Amino acid sequence: MIHCVLHDPRDSVAVVVVEGVAAGMKLTGLVLDEDRTLTFDCVQDIPLGHKVALKDMAVGDTVIKYGVDIGKVVAPILRGQHAHVHNIKTKRW
Amino acid sequence: MTIPTTFLGYRRENGRVGVRNHVIVLPVDDLSNTACEAVAHNIKGTLALPHPYGRLQFGADLDLHFRTLIGTGSNPNVAAVVVIGIEEQWTRKVVDGIRATGKPVSGFGIELHGDHDTIHRASKAAREYVQWASELQRVQCNLNELWVSTKCGESDTTSGCGANPTVGDAFDKLHAAGCTLVFGETTELTGGEDIVAARCKDESVRAEFMRVFDRYQKVIDQHKTSDLSDSQPTKGNIAGGLTTIEEKALGNIQKIGRKCSVDGVLDKAEMPTGSGLWFMDSSSAAAEMVTLCAAAGFVVHFFPTGQGNVIGNPILPVIKICANPRTVRTMSEHIDVDTSGLLQREITMAQAGDKLLDMMFRTVNGRLTAAEALGHREFVLTRLYESA
Repeated sequence: MIHCVLHDPRDSVAVVVVEGVAAGMKLTGLVLDEDRTLTFDCVQDIPLGHKVALKDMAVGDTVIKYGVDIGKVVAPILRGQHAHVHNIKTKRW
Repeated sequence: MTIPTTFLGYRRENGRVGVRNHVIVLPVDDLSNTACEAVAHNIKGTLALPHPYGRLQFGADLDLHFRTLIGTGSNPNVAAVVVIGIEEQWTRKVVDGIRATGKPVSGFGIELHGDHDTIHRASKAAREYVQWASELQRVQCNLNELWVSTKCGESDTTSGCGANPTVGDAFDKLHAAGCTLVFGETTELTGGEDIVAARCKDESVRAEFMRVFDRYQKVIDQHKTSDLSDSQPTKGNIAGGLTTIEEKALGNIQKIGRKCSVDGVLDKAEMPTGSGLWFMDSSSAAAEMVTLCAAAGFVVHFFPTGQGNVIGNPILPVIKICANPRTVRTMSEHIDVDTSGLLQREITMAQAGDKLLDMMFRTVNGRLTAAEALGHREFVLTRLYESA
């Protein structure tokens, strides 16, 4: 089963595409642009559609999705954690 | 899949091709909604399009009002039109605009007549139109005569990786086939504007796109209270996992595929002057944008959704595409094309695009969309500023 997808191999986050993803699970991620998979450990429960971090990120880091900048880190994120509005913010507006 | 090169449509007096055969009863203003709805009640098979505006508008806002009403009546999905307004003069302006297409249209002013007499006379015209329209037959039309619009809504992260690139794959194929296409949502390109600019076919289109984009950013800067993060992404977007406007925009842009160029820029409700992919400067609110697409003359719409937007339009069939497996399960009556298999690698992007095109052909040949069957008829006019 594919648990999450990323668009570009450079992405630092992936999208969870199934329900029931929970801390302690080993996740399979599909790299859409390359049609290959990768695996990593999930450390938090993550709802369908929400993002999981693929690497550790520090405050001020740029978050990459679709291979490009989607915002900045505003609270530290560890690989396998839930990445959303509580730790990422827009650089616009 | 080899794409069919023809479909069955209604060829109108001006040569344009429609895929529906509506007789509409169109109010010029809010005051005329009651009479229009009474006529549509009297005459079965006609459709009233009530809306809240049309009084004391002025300047560019009034121009847009007239352009939207005239464009809606002129849309080739409409066979004939009954127009009702409180005053004769503005009513005649809308009638004359629609009459330029050559289709049957009549106008009725309420002042000096009252609702009873107006409804009586307008119902007679509506009955003649609907019986005449009911005998019109579909004829074989070329694929390159089809005008297709897109706008997504209640997006989530599955939109960007599933539903929107499905539209993109279909748009690449329709662009190559010579169709007329449109996308818009100016503010929802924020963070991906450079990608759209790079796709513009030449410098003049790029300059016009950036002028329009920068103008809208100034509107946001002028009116925003904080960082707009309460509105963009929406609460629904955030619940669905979208975090920032940049992320939402990059997902949005998947709808214009990977190959087709952006061939021109349109003002709101403005009709394209040639085939290709057009960008329309527009709001990102679903019903506003879809109404503007219908007014610009588009006859079928691709609407990808993640969390499950239920929108329809009175005259424009809206095809819903969804890749979120939970939405497909919980809101199945709203979804026309399920592409959730993309996210489990069960189908390829090319197969997903073909699945949408198959549903497009079935729809333009006459199949009702989910939104049509459910009676969704959101007709929402865009306002630019306060009334006089």
